[in-house]
Amino acid sequence: MTREEIIHQINILFVDEFEIDETNIGLSSNLLDVLKIDSLDLVDLVVIIEKKFGFKIQAEDMAAVKTVEDFYSFVIDRVDQQKQTGGLSI
Amino acid sequence: MAINRVVITGMGIYSCIGKNLEEVKKNLFYGKSGIGIDPERKALGFRSSLTGLIEQPMLKGILPRRLRVGLAQEGEYAYLSTVEALKLAMIDEEFLEKNEIGIIFGNDSSAKAVIECVDTMREKKDTMLIGSASIFQSMNSTVTMNLACIFKLKGINFTVSAACASGSHSIGMGYLLVKNGLQNIVICGGAQEINAYSMGSFDALSAFSIREDSPAKASRPFDKDRDGLIPSGGAASLVLESYESAIKRGANILGEIVGYGFSSNGEHISQPNVEGPVRAIKMSLNEANIRADEIDYINAHATSTIIGDEIEAKAINSIFNISKPYISSTKSLTGHECWMAGASEVLYSILMMNNSFIAPNINYENPDEESSKLNIVSHTIENNINTFLSNSFGFGGTNSAIIVKKFR
Repeated sequence: MTREEIIHQINILFVDEFEIDETNIGLSSNLLDVLKIDSLDLVDLVVIIEKKFGFKIQAEDMAAVKTVEDFYSFVIDRVDQQKQTGGLSI
Repeated sequence: MAINRVVITGMGIYSCIGKNLEEVKKNLFYGKSGIGIDPERKALGFRSSLTGLIEQPMLKGILPRRLRVGLAQEGEYAYLSTVEALKLAMIDEEFLEKNEIGIIFGNDSSAKAVIECVDTMREKKDTMLIGSASIFQSMNSTVTMNLACIFKLKGINFTVSAACASGSHSIGMGYLLVKNGLQNIVICGGAQEINAYSMGSFDALSAFSIREDSPAKASRPFDKDRDGLIPSGGAASLVLESYESAIKRGANILGEIVGYGFSSNGEHISQPNVEGPVRAIKMSLNEANIRADEIDYINAHATSTIIGDEIEAKAINSIFNISKPYISSTKSLTGHECWMAGASEVLYSILMMNNSFIAPNINYENPDEESSKLNIVSHTIENNINTFLSNSFGFGGTNSAIIVKKFR
């Protein structure tokens, strides 16, 4: 999965799963203030990431993730790590 | 402390005999059954696959995600019945925002949500993969906790769990709060999930009818050939309000609650007795300050079980043997709506009262020794009802009786 494909998949999950207006999704958009992803939504994000990208995270792993760009980078890094360890099936 | 008259100014319904008041009124009048077959139940090893059939609502696009995902199946029904009730009561978002309105619902399970959560734990071995909504769907108070947030309610907020009398006791609790001046408006009701998971353990008691070849004939309260109840579900909501508040708002008054009686049998967990229901009914008559012969219609609890109907017939006959009011069990049409039944049956009776008919106890073809002593309505009759009694009983011997009068 390329970087562009991952970003595309994340945008789809924002719109489909969290019912976020696509026009609000920008690199600098704050997850909480703009996209309204609160602490409960983060719990659901853990479930969706596991289903979509095949790796598990803890809610604490997301502590430093504030913006959409942070989130793209976080997922891309984890997908890369999975590839390097050979654990990624997607 | 103020003593208020308690009136009903709104009601809404989502059931197997209709998804709104108009549909339900028509199906009550024509005696149309809402019972069918759920093939999934046979695959799960059920003795009976009979059930009330309800279309699952689609709330995506109607409610925002965060307000929607915490709703379990019964909560979705209750949301829709409450929207209808508030609309009829002429209560809008602005009124909800500015006034202290309470909510008390009867609910006694949320099995589907609990089982799906456990399935995830067993499969994934990681609670982080359960998601955020499960806890809010799983608790018995799921209906009231969710609806209080959706409708921004600021008054009393709790759930009554009292088995198959839950919905009736919720109305009783709301009645007491409004009567005593502690709340001006309380949304009361009952909700019941209808999925197979929620009914497996009940099926285990061989309590359900196995007349699967003719679903509409299976629920036959008081009939000699009854062989068990049919599980059902949905939700019913009623807006209880002080008379003063209703008049001040210019609200349409649908009926007046004048009596609530309750009791506990203090005996067996599943076998009913005569004395408990008799005490609850007498208490409701006493509270209403009316004589037995002033009751025009009784909406019986009768679920179509052999013992339960016989015991209720004895209880009713011991009080109403002289006046012989009209009696029907709307469970002959709906099946047993369990936690919801006590609320929905008050609503069904109000529809009858305000449209001058008595819905039939369908399938009452042959009386047995006890039911032959009652004035059971087997075909729709057009008749005025000024005052009715609604009975509800549940496991553990909990009993509730509500009396409603036509508003004058």
